[in-house]
Amino acid sequence: MGMTVVEKILARASDLPSVKAGDVVEPKVDLAMSHENAALVINQFIEIYQGTSIQPKIWDPSKVSIIFDHRVPAESPKTASNQKKIREFVATNGISKFHDIRGDVGGICHQVLPENGYVRPGSVIVGTDSHTTSHGALGAFAFGIGATEMASVWALGSVLNVEVPTTIKVNVSGKFKKFVGPKDLILHLIGKLTAEGANFRVIEFHGPTIRNMSTSGRLVICNMSVEAGATSGIVPADKETFRYLTREAGVKGKIVLVSPDKDASYEQTIDIDVSKLDPQIACPHTVDNVKSIKAVKGIKVNQVVIGSCTNGRLDDLELAAKILRGKKVARGTRMLIFPASARIYNQALAKGYIGEFMKAGAVVMNSGCGPCLGIHEGALGDGEVALSTTNRNFKGRMGNPNSEVYLCSPAVAAVSAIKGAITDPTKGVK
Amino acid sequence: MGQVIYKFGDDISTDIIYPGRYMATVLPTETPQFAFADIKELNDRMKAKQVPPGSVIIGRKNFGCGSSREQAVSTLRGYDLIVVASNFARIFLQNSINLGLQTVTCPEIDTNVGDELEVTSTEVINKTTGRRFPVIPLPKARQTIVEAGGLIAYTRKRVMAGKSSV
Repeated sequence: MGMTVVEKILARASDLPSVKAGDVVEPKVDLAMSHENAALVINQFIEIYQGTSIQPKIWDPSKVSIIFDHRVPAESPKTASNQKKIREFVATNGISKFHDIRGDVGGICHQVLPENGYVRPGSVIVGTDSHTTSHGALGAFAFGIGATEMASVWALGSVLNVEVPTTIKVNVSGKFKKFVGPKDLILHLIGKLTAEGANFRVIEFHGPTIRNMSTSGRLVICNMSVEAGATSGIVPADKETFRYLTREAGVKGKIVLVSPDKDASYEQTIDIDVSKLDPQIACPHTVDNVKSIKAVKGIKVNQVVIGSCTNGRLDDLELAAKILRGKKVARGTRMLIFPASARIYNQALAKGYIGEFMKAGAVVMNSGCGPCLGIHEGALGDGEVALSTTNRNFKGRMGNPNSEVYLCSPAVAAVSAIKGAITDPTKGVK
Repeated sequence: MGQVIYKFGDDISTDIIYPGRYMATVLPTETPQFAFADIKELNDRMKAKQVPPGSVIIGRKNFGCGSSREQAVSTLRGYDLIVVASNFARIFLQNSINLGLQTVTCPEIDTNVGDELEVTSTEVINKTTGRRFPVIPLPKARQTIVEAGGLIAYTRKRVMAGKSSV
């Protein structure tokens, strides 16, 4: 029996000739990522060594990455003190893949890792963040874990007792209509699978639409695979992966492209033709409450957000800038834009997008998780409605349980900001 | 024996269990105060110590979905609650195993608030109604971590074993 991509990766990382779904393995970790919650990881890591005569020691500091993104710059003395503690730990332990709060190399972890070439096809990546699934876009097996599990990884260099997940194969064909793209595809798929449809499973993406999709788009679909409960989303590495890594991420040296075997075993196969797909909207308060834009157009929005690890990349900002060019954000609507990384922010600045956003009346914020998880900026008022390109619309997600969040693509967000209401970009927008 | 203190529906996210705005608080000794912070009535009862250890909260499908934040587990662990649900989201379940929060996968669970439940390794017995519901046991690989007393203890053993074999 052949293996899926993830089975191949786990076999290699566990020093086994082959593995199959259901096997329990202990894969070696190639990259272990944390953000501000490294503060808790550090505590748990030290706790492991309590009562032993052994000094706490990270198994391989070159494989640990810490990126500040959730609360940047710090919103409170508590966060600032956590960040200070992490900085000191990073220095003491020689962690080089550390990205502080900076306007040159900072940003959101799920953009900073790929753009710096830290993510390689065939690798095992764990992160103390559920959207670690993003890195499957480059053919890695990447999944979210808790802080204590990360402490264990720091100590041992492997993840204990991992059950090899079953895989759902998704074949995507057809050409997107104008202003329809990867975000609409993944929202559509989550609606089909439901929020738990891929729980404990991997989603492996195939088909001509995926082959023709940029890495930026692949990051969108893998990022949100977790919203169907998936352990990981993964796009088998190909020519585009190679192009991205060598041209955009500065990777030198050998890149191994891992593909599934032809006779790999899948739990189910789903075929999607995107050629007739309309813009998709995830309605409050679950990400699987997905509707065609036709069902929700005209709903007034108080805040429009473009950004996040899902849709804050250069192509997203370019599309939004084109739509907003020479237009104004509607009165009564606030528009917040936060690029996924400082690198992207600088590129958008050079291309003039940032100036266009500001001329239109949008507020451009520093790279970071920002309003997506309601921590320190862009909170909603009671009864307010947000339309956002982020990845979650759970009750209270943008900081207020008495508000509503709709999720959409950058094209829908941009055109809706002009109208002040949910608007279909495929209808009469140049 | 524990009393059902609250019943939830499907897809209870970690944002509901532990809202994102409290994520700067990480210590398990400090997180319990923010459990279900946006469900004021429940949060008030918990903070007022009206919820004895062993009390049960009921979820349906996909309990603990969303973020990997471990505070969502430590906040409930702080009250020694038992969570009985039809099923759990992967990361929440793993975090519960790692930290020793008792999670019980019970697909057919049917109770009312106030019912007294007895949880065994194979079933949940509703002492109030007399009904019994089968429990899906944890896979062996995860049970091993529970039996070791959580992931810290389990990893500690491994670290010490590694040291002695060198």
